[in-house]
Amino acid sequence: MSAASPIQNAAPADKKVKPVKAAKVAKPGANKVCMSVRNLDFFYADKQVLFGNTLDIAANKVTAFIGPSGCGKSTHIRTYNRMFDLYKGHRAEGEILLDGINILDPNVPALELRHKIGMIFQKPTPFPMSIMDNIAYGLRLQSGLSRSEIEGRVEKALKDAALWEEVKDKLNQAGTSLSGGQQQRLCIARALAVEPEVILMDEPCSALDPIATAKIEELIDELKQRFTIVIVTHNMQQAARASDFTAFFYLGKLIEFGDTQQIFTAPGKQQTEDYITGRFG
Amino acid sequence: MTQHTFKRYDDELNELKERVLAMGGLVERAIRRSMKALNEFDIERARKVVSRDKAINALEVEIDEMTRAMLALRQPAAGDLRFIISTIKIVTDLERSGDLAESIAEAVLQNQDNPLTHLDSMNSLSDAVCLQVSAALDAFARGDVEAALACVEGAKKIHKLFKAMQRENLSYMIEDPRKITVGMTAFSIGRSLVRIGDHAANVSEMVIYMVKGHDIRHVDHETAAALISGKLPDND
Repeated sequence: MSAASPIQNAAPADKKVKPVKAAKVAKPGANKVCMSVRNLDFFYADKQVLFGNTLDIAANKVTAFIGPSGCGKSTHIRTYNRMFDLYKGHRAEGEILLDGINILDPNVPALELRHKIGMIFQKPTPFPMSIMDNIAYGLRLQSGLSRSEIEGRVEKALKDAALWEEVKDKLNQAGTSLSGGQQQRLCIARALAVEPEVILMDEPCSALDPIATAKIEELIDELKQRFTIVIVTHNMQQAARASDFTAFFYLGKLIEFGDTQQIFTAPGKQQTEDYITGRFG
Repeated sequence: MTQHTFKRYDDELNELKERVLAMGGLVERAIRRSMKALNEFDIERARKVVSRDKAINALEVEIDEMTRAMLALRQPAAGDLRFIISTIKIVTDLERSGDLAESIAEAVLQNQDNPLTHLDSMNSLSDAVCLQVSAALDAFARGDVEAALACVEGAKKIHKLFKAMQRENLSYMIEDPRKITVGMTAFSIGRSLVRIGDHAANVSEMVIYMVKGHDIRHVDHETAAALISGKLPDND
């Protein structure tokens, strides 16, 4: 993050934020930590749906969130870029530290935050504009980039998203003209173009066929060299294949967090065992 | 354990366990019958042990087919995965134990004109081996980690009994060189029994992996016990 980042210039955490109590932190081994989540609670108006989630997200690794429908995994991931700001009455308490700054602090500008923490959704969401403009859109919001710089960043983002070879001759065609898998990679390219630190993926392959899914998973594996990735998935095999760490959520609580291989071969908690072996959920 | 959402998966896992136990039962019977044939010079019984090894082999193939299908179709994880992986290994140990029981029966057939005598030490060894095999299969059936660990440790006793048998056998051969041929046969049978005991210990190690997820192969008893009790992390 640059020294001039508004996130870093934000005031210290709001005093009203619930003080973080000592809690057992789910840690990703000896890996460098990118984000630290501490005692995260979340409320849809009066209804609390997350309860004291505390974990560290490893830098340059893929962390998968799994759990049955309604367990809070999507709610949890959406707090990482304050998506809930868009809805009245939704609020998060606790701390999410990125580079030492609590990003839940209202003084942290949401737009800047979402540049640092990009998000890919379940259904591909290309803007109704050309492939080029889909990616350039976010870049144009950042001041000071010349046209040639923007074109260079678009090409780089499309190459990073493994889409360049398929679209380089039709950059002016509508983004919506691409196949579902290509549209999703276009959305990934759009997120990459603004050079985020973290990429959040909320069931990014649930609308894709197996080949398009495999391409996204391959891409995730390449992208983790440069980005920290957090993925929510209902597909247990995908979590097993694509992630380094896995967190299992149930009824808004973080039940177990650990190395993916350990979680899928010898989980420590019976609830995790029952879920990943298909005994409930 | 809680039932799977997809009940047929549970049925398949239960069926797999039953087939392994059925195979184990055949192996136990083969060991006892081959030793009885040896003690009673019962050629017909020895022939039956040899012919019935086909049933053990057929079960091995059938179980392998079941595990292959479950790995491909069910994509098992956690406890289910460990159970299936353990089953694949256990079946190999059982099949080899069956072959070793068959080799004892073949030794009876090959020595019809010169039957073995002085079988007390060998019978003590075979009793211990039979107990070891039963204990390993019981531990598998019940998922009993303590019993499995005791069984792994039990292999040491079997090796001691074999050494005692070897010493006794050697003294017979030194006393009377005409007994060298039967002495060598006795040695070969004793070695088969010890190897069956070792296979039972392997089965027990896989039971511990199946239940606890700890791989205790190639570690000493104290380390294995510490791993199982959670006092020592894996790969330490």
